[in-house]
Amino acid sequence: MGETVLKLPALDYAALAPMLILFFAACLGVLVEAFAPRGWRNPIQLVWSLLALVAALVAVVLRVPDVTAENAQTAVAAVSIDQAGLFLQGAILVLGIVSMLLFGERTLENGGPFVAQAAITVGSEPDRRQAAREPGATEVYPLVLFAVGGMMLFVTANDLLVMFVALEVFSLPLYLLCALARRKRLLSQEAALKYFLLGAYASAFFLFGVALVYGYAGAVDFRTIHTAIGAGTGNIVLLLIGLAMLAIGLLFKAAAAPFHVWTPDVYQGAPTPVTAFMAACTKVAAFGGLARVLYVGFDRTAWDYTPVLGVIAVLTMLLGAILAVTQTDLKRLLAYSSIANAGYLLVGVLGGGREGLSSMMFYLVAYGFLVIAAFAMLTLVRDADGEATHLSRWAGLGKRSPLFAGIFTFLLLAFAGIPLTSGFTAKFAVFGAAMGGNQTWLVLFGVLSSIILAFPYLRVVVMMWLSEPGETTPSVSIPGALTSAALMIGVLVTLVLGVWPSPVIELANSASDFIR
Amino acid sequence: MEVNLMPAEAVQAPVVYASATGLLSYMWLLIALPAIGALILLLFGRWTDKWGHWLGCATVLGSFVLGLSMFFQLRDLPNRAVQQDLYSFIPVGNLQVDFGLLFDPLSACFVLLITGVGFLIHIYATGYMAHDEGRRRFFGYFNLFIAAMLLLVLGNNFVMLYFGWEGVGLASYLLISFWYGRPSAATAGKKAFIMNRVGDAGLVIAIFLMFFQFGSVNYDVVFSEVGLLSGTTVLILGLLLLLGACGKSGQFPLQAWLPDAMEGPTPVSALIHAATMVTAGVYLIARSNPIFSANLTLQTVVVSVGALTLLLGCVIGSAKDDIKRVLAWSTVSQIGYMFLGVGLGGGAYALAIIHLLAHGFFKANMFLGAGSVMHGMNDQVDIRRFGGLWKYMRITWLTFMMGWLAIIGIPPLSGFFTKEPIIVAAFARPGWTGWLYGLAALIGAGLTAFYMTRLFILTFHGPKRWTTAKEGSVDQHPHESPLVMTIPLILLALGSIAAGWLMASPVAQWLTPVLGPATEEHPKIGHTLLTVLSIVLTLAGAGLAYALFRNGTALVPQPAGPVVTAARNNLYTDAFNEAVFEKPGNWLTRALVFVDNKGVDGLVNGLAALVGGGSGRLRRLQTGFVRSYALSMLLGAVLVLGAFAAVQLGWMG
Repeated sequence: MGETVLKLPALDYAALAPMLILFFAACLGVLVEAFAPRGWRNPIQLVWSLLALVAALVAVVLRVPDVTAENAQTAVAAVSIDQAGLFLQGAILVLGIVSMLLFGERTLENGGPFVAQAAITVGSEPDRRQAAREPGATEVYPLVLFAVGGMMLFVTANDLLVMFVALEVFSLPLYLLCALARRKRLLSQEAALKYFLLGAYASAFFLFGVALVYGYAGAVDFRTIHTAIGAGTGNIVLLLIGLAMLAIGLLFKAAAAPFHVWTPDVYQGAPTPVTAFMAACTKVAAFGGLARVLYVGFDRTAWDYTPVLGVIAVLTMLLGAILAVTQTDLKRLLAYSSIANAGYLLVGVLGGGREGLSSMMFYLVAYGFLVIAAFAMLTLVRDADGEATHLSRWAGLGKRSPLFAGIFTFLLLAFAGIPLTSGFTAKFAVFGAAMGGNQTWLVLFGVLSSIILAFPYLRVVVMMWLSEPGETTPSVSIPGALTSAALMIGVLVTLVLGVWPSPVIELANSASDFIR
Repeated sequence: MEVNLMPAEAVQAPVVYASATGLLSYMWLLIALPAIGALILLLFGRWTDKWGHWLGCATVLGSFVLGLSMFFQLRDLPNRAVQQDLYSFIPVGNLQVDFGLLFDPLSACFVLLITGVGFLIHIYATGYMAHDEGRRRFFGYFNLFIAAMLLLVLGNNFVMLYFGWEGVGLASYLLISFWYGRPSAATAGKKAFIMNRVGDAGLVIAIFLMFFQFGSVNYDVVFSEVGLLSGTTVLILGLLLLLGACGKSGQFPLQAWLPDAMEGPTPVSALIHAATMVTAGVYLIARSNPIFSANLTLQTVVVSVGALTLLLGCVIGSAKDDIKRVLAWSTVSQIGYMFLGVGLGGGAYALAIIHLLAHGFFKANMFLGAGSVMHGMNDQVDIRRFGGLWKYMRITWLTFMMGWLAIIGIPPLSGFFTKEPIIVAAFARPGWTGWLYGLAALIGAGLTAFYMTRLFILTFHGPKRWTTAKEGSVDQHPHESPLVMTIPLILLALGSIAAGWLMASPVAQWLTPVLGPATEEHPKIGHTLLTVLSIVLTLAGAGLAYALFRNGTALVPQPAGPVVTAARNNLYTDAFNEAVFEKPGNWLTRALVFVDNKGVDGLVNGLAALVGGGSGRLRRLQTGFVRSYALSMLLGAVLVLGAFAAVQLGWMG
């Protein structure tokens, strides 16, 4: 015979459906760009993307009761759609839907937050024309769908190579999205370029790590790696350098120190909806991926990585908190706060076990909604030059618009971890998990840094309420329906998760199972 | 050795609380009423401007009435305590935190103090704030404070206590900064916040430690099992709790914020910084008495903090000229007495609580009296510019006099019945420390008499030294305050007269299920002799002050010896804080900013400049270059690899 039969791997379409829906919708979105008339594109794209996200979410929810340890893995065990994976996918989708509302907002600014054609030279005559008149690019919607799809694959990848592919799938659209701001275009393009270069640099670390781990285990899937570490026959140096490299690539996405350097510049330069999307969804993806790598593939080296990652967590929390104190720009302030929050998430991850995982997942959800609402608020405070993010511009906002100042105050209190907000319950959960995992020192530094971190938030509160409004205090735009919806959802979830968090905590708890 | 000072038996009898039934199952209403009031006042904005302040008063009165009826329900219950779990709050693995409430003799006392005195202060504030355009918001925050304070004392676990703890801190921060026309008010608000955060850190870490040790933060579990812990763990736990208590109650070394907090409106000072919130630290220690009684070293620390602070407060209070600041330092000092009491343990727990309740009356009385004086004197606060006011504001004068006599401990006013037993208990401490703490408390009593008499004489008697138009301010036409302000004053004065005598023994008995039975004291020197001694010292202090100040005082600070100068400068405690906390903090921040922004880049450019020899390149010390970001990531990567190597070689972890 001698005939080689190429055997196709079995694919479980029901399990993969959420991602397939998104990638299909994204491809179709590209076609919409080509065929739909200009004026129609924005409503079509917005509704289509929201539908796709909701459909994917429904598919995720429908999948939950059917998952067992046996059928979780598919595509030759390259993807592991287990309970924890579904929770993370669901979180990415829900947060993606809320931030999609910000992408679609067109009433705050003529033409929306995005530039019409990013390739036109900044400051040229055509640029001035398009800035004034033309509606923003609608390619952002398919880009977001691709990114969300990539993130969902990233948190369920059961194999380092699939993980790498997913990393690139969700990173590339993000680089592009960062460059598309309508205002302050140079800043935006600089941010995108920086993010791209550093992201590529970090990807190289990750890929190098994959190669080294392959050298150790002879495979790139987590089960084999786990078994190989158990057998302990390979060269330990390869394993540890490989793991370190992998961790660096992942910590870059998670914005942990000392791999956080890109965060303030990119958060500041990117269009605010994109920043919100990155701060919420990329965090979920990065920590979901990190947790899977550590818990599933490398759990037997926990003795080695826990102290190292612990030091990184402490460094991240302290650095984020202390540097947040000196910031004068709100977007940069939130960027440093997001760095500090990456530290708290790491504390949860290092807590280990079911509690560590579930507290991390709860934190991701709570923080995601909070941060989207905060950035939604930033889009509302504007002057003639667009968003007014400098802190001094917010002075006396409480006198001008008490309602929005009140909402923002609530959000800042939640960031500061004041009880009865999700900020408190989430921190309590991760610190509790770390305490249970015997990582008392992490809790000590966590509490310490969260106390420092309360100052910058409170300073904004004081600025808003206790300063007299100056000549330059910008007005607060009355938000369109979409931004109001995003803001209200964020505020409500922050409140509910602060007062009655147990349903979501229990959900996270019951879902905190990775299948190896 | 006296029985009462022995540590509690190694394993305590388990602490059990009954479930709430009947009227008591509505205890959540106690908190909900003022919370709803705050919500309506803050959310409905200007619609409630007209009647909002009356709503604020009504909700507090409602809570008071409810609290009083529940108080009588407790009598026949075993342990006189009920608890109620409303719902499961945070279920993380083994960590189960319920949203639960506990109503027992200790919380009942606090509920009545908070709502009772709080109601009177609310009524007073309707008059005091009548002309303030922010009155509605003020009452909103005021109600929020009452709700948070009630949550603090009604929780059945430490997380609920922490909720209230943060809530009162927040409300107090908002209320101090309320008069934001003044930059000093905003600064004071910030100071209060910072110092409280330091204390809060202690409390949070203590809570996590409890969770780690007991797997629960509920009072019944923690107190039943604390005997199983090692001595060191109990000590650490107690010190952390003490740090929290010191922050909230303005005790050494975190006392500096309390006097500065007087920038807020006077009713705030009366309610928050005299009667209720600042006593939260005492509540925390009294509530955690099984922890504090379980370690002798811990008790010594608490007693030392109390004794030191009570003297500190007296000395500084004697040198201040701002009427509210003198009262504030006197609060610091009186809470020092309470800390002394709770630190002594045994029967002294109840003494401290009784002193706390009596203090709530007479200090609120005097603060409101000070507000009434300021109201009649165009917001003047300098006691050197008062004098002879007794003729113009008789009610304020008489009520203030009751407060003054009560605080210095003249029998038969309340201070005598509540402070003197603490002095006796301090003398009853075994060994030489009994002398040390006893004498501190005794000297404190003399000093208290001195500075309070100075305050009283300079304000109400002696020659008029009012500000005139020549001095750059308006002419003064002192007048009595309206009825809505004087009636609360009269009621509080009645409380100052009678509360001590009325409460002394029944409250001690009432608190027995929580704090243990009263004990027979055996002081170093005879009980009667001590009583006589403290009265003599009090009279001497008061007499000295009268002799010095009956003819008034200079209008500007006079050159003084080192002690007075030091006292005027808060005994240099602020300078200490600045040198130890502020400067290093600033330095660290600057260093980090430098490293994050310029460090790596500067290194690169500096090297380049060295190599190339062109100093012009040094000008390129800027931030934001991708290459320097990449370099710092590379350095980070090297560090991570090094750390893994270190772990592998056994240097770390």
